[in-house]
Amino acid sequence: MSIQPVKTGGKHTLSVLVENKPGVLARVAALFSRRGFNIESLAVGPTEHDEVSRMTVVVNLENTPLEQVTKQLNKLVEVIKIVELEPESRVQRALMLVKISATTETRSQVLDTIQLFRAKVVDVSTDSVIVQLAGNTGKLNDFLRVIEPFGIRELSQSGMVGMGRGSRSISERSLRSVAVPAPPSAV
Amino acid sequence: MSEQMTGAQSLIKSLEAAGAENIFGIPGGAILPAYDPLMDSKIRHILVRHEQGAGHAAQGYAAATGKVGVCMATSGPGATNLVTPLADANMDSVPMVAITGQVGAAMIGTDAFQEADIRGITMPVTKHSFLITDPAEIPLRVAEAFHLASSGRPGPVLVDVTKSALQATTTYRWPTELHLPGYRPVTRPHAKQIREAARLMLEAKKPVLYVGGGTIRSGAHGELLQLATLTGIPVVTTLMARGAFPDSHPQHLGMPGMHGTVAANAGLQKSDLLISLGARFDDRVTGNLDSFAPNAKVIHADIDPAEIGKNRYADVPIVGDVREVLADLITVLTAEKEAGKEGDYEGWVAFVAGIKKAYPLGYDIPAEGLSPQYVIERLGKISGEETIFTAGVGQHQMWAAQFIGYEHPNTWINSGGLGTMGYSVPAAMGAKVGCPDSTVWSIDGDGCFQMTNQELATCAIEGIPIKVAIINNDNLGMVRQWQTLFYEERYSNTNLQSHGQPKRIPDFPKLAEAMGCVGLACDSADDVDATIEKAMEINDMPVVVDFRVNKDAMVWPMVPAGASNDEIQYARDLAPEFDEDDL
Repeated sequence: MSIQPVKTGGKHTLSVLVENKPGVLARVAALFSRRGFNIESLAVGPTEHDEVSRMTVVVNLENTPLEQVTKQLNKLVEVIKIVELEPESRVQRALMLVKISATTETRSQVLDTIQLFRAKVVDVSTDSVIVQLAGNTGKLNDFLRVIEPFGIRELSQSGMVGMGRGSRSISERSLRSVAVPAPPSAV
Repeated sequence: MSEQMTGAQSLIKSLEAAGAENIFGIPGGAILPAYDPLMDSKIRHILVRHEQGAGHAAQGYAAATGKVGVCMATSGPGATNLVTPLADANMDSVPMVAITGQVGAAMIGTDAFQEADIRGITMPVTKHSFLITDPAEIPLRVAEAFHLASSGRPGPVLVDVTKSALQATTTYRWPTELHLPGYRPVTRPHAKQIREAARLMLEAKKPVLYVGGGTIRSGAHGELLQLATLTGIPVVTTLMARGAFPDSHPQHLGMPGMHGTVAANAGLQKSDLLISLGARFDDRVTGNLDSFAPNAKVIHADIDPAEIGKNRYADVPIVGDVREVLADLITVLTAEKEAGKEGDYEGWVAFVAGIKKAYPLGYDIPAEGLSPQYVIERLGKISGEETIFTAGVGQHQMWAAQFIGYEHPNTWINSGGLGTMGYSVPAAMGAKVGCPDSTVWSIDGDGCFQMTNQELATCAIEGIPIKVAIINNDNLGMVRQWQTLFYEERYSNTNLQSHGQPKRIPDFPKLAEAMGCVGLACDSADDVDATIEKAMEINDMPVVVDFRVNKDAMVWPMVPAGASNDEIQYARDLAPEFDEDDL
């Protein structure tokens, strides 16, 4: 029996360049659902090219090879390019807003903790603060763990965005056109 | 070249420019504007009785001709009735474009009358889909749709056009180039992979050419015959590839899989090298994957990279069009042969030939009633090798795949991947429109036939003289077979007749006549030939023959679902024996 040397299991971060057209997000989401791939995080936004959007998808795979995910994604007509961002050569961040209880008794402790994590207070009221923090999953989770005893009233978190380190750009290749093919049965 | 016209005119002009000759469809509110210019077009529109029929007819047309099949429907229910054919075409890689009307752009999202998000609904079952709200986009999207449907791995493309876009005034401009940056199918195989494949083929002792439907879609039957002749390697053709390699060829081991021949399955199981050509290791072929061809290395050639390594690891993956892959392999292997290097498969060829001889396809003639296999076998013999056969899904489909000898590609048209009951009659209609000079026989079960037979009225009215053989066993035969084998003969809801009464409902010959066809019936083996011959003589109107067959006939050989192909039963409780010392 042939041994199958393929990457399976675990989390992978994919940067996906797609055409900036209506319905692309639905198509990608539908593909993940139909093929039974788990999305852990998804973020979409514009890029340096008007006609191209970039998705950062974190997939959590149990038995599916990563190769199957990228191949199936590549079959979508509007997907232009897929790059896996390997942990050692990527920068990856999510943004989090947390509304934390901060009474006169706890406020100074809360603010100390916020400073330790280099988070930023973006709103203050008499008994709460809203804090903004960017970072990788580990940092965000650590912050939540430490701040949790003070009372988290609300939490809102963005999807993860990522980028490869170094000077190379993911979207360097030109976006070429193809000539219109002759009709299948020219009359 | 640009002209002012309505979006509807632009749509019809675009379809003409794309090469559409026939459209199967039904008008309705949202698509209505398009039907007006269609009246003046050189495109023939065939008014069907149900949109599912339009979709399957477009599939049958495409499968028989290799051209893009086109169907048209209105919004809402018209469009949702196309979902089954779209899913079917997606599974079997059929080039098809479906045009649907959509409610006006301003009405989208308001739950308007006959509104359905058909693009959203069909996203998982189409190769691609468009929603057009801007009439200026119509020519470009139609050009893209035809290009996408027919290139790379073929498939269905849906073009949903709003009524407002059809009614608006616009400029028609047929595009000179398409901008599809994310769509670049690879057709030329990599030379290094071809060399590696050739090396494995020369080293192998027990190779098999595992031929799938992609070989038919790419028109690679000529190259396949050439490669098989050059190397002497045995061939199996999957359900979707019947006709890709002549059944009469001595190297042909038949169809593999759940109801495949013993020789084809043994050939795969004992092989040391599978050369997979446009096949996708479907569960109906492999049985239990872990025990499928356990000692074989795999060369997997497919135009769709996602198929390679999906179910089975490929030692040599080759992304490319099967025809080009075969042509390159022939070049390399011919050069090797001239240099004196050839594969040595002598023992292997003798082994599989022995199994083929020991376990031919066959059936028992029942003591009472008509044997369905005999009917199908005679249909194949009498109608000749140029005849196009379509089938529904179930026992009759398997027998039609087994007992008719296919010599040419595109003469066997069926619903393989999705397994759509009701496919046969409308697919035959489409095939006959595409190939009016060929005899087209729809082989159908009585269950399948009752799902889509209304298209016989279309055939009678539009002058599409197909022939239908109903293999009528009064039951949902394949389900009944499973109940016999796996549910202790508890026949829950598989009998289509009123229990215990002799009257058959419906009376198929009468039904056929009511729809403007000739209706014939046959219930005895002695009358089979004469009945078929009579049907063959009628070429000015559709003919329906009700073959009343024995309900207890079963499809053999059989590998139980999920079991290993090693557990194939040649007949009930009869496993073949292979003497592996022969190898």
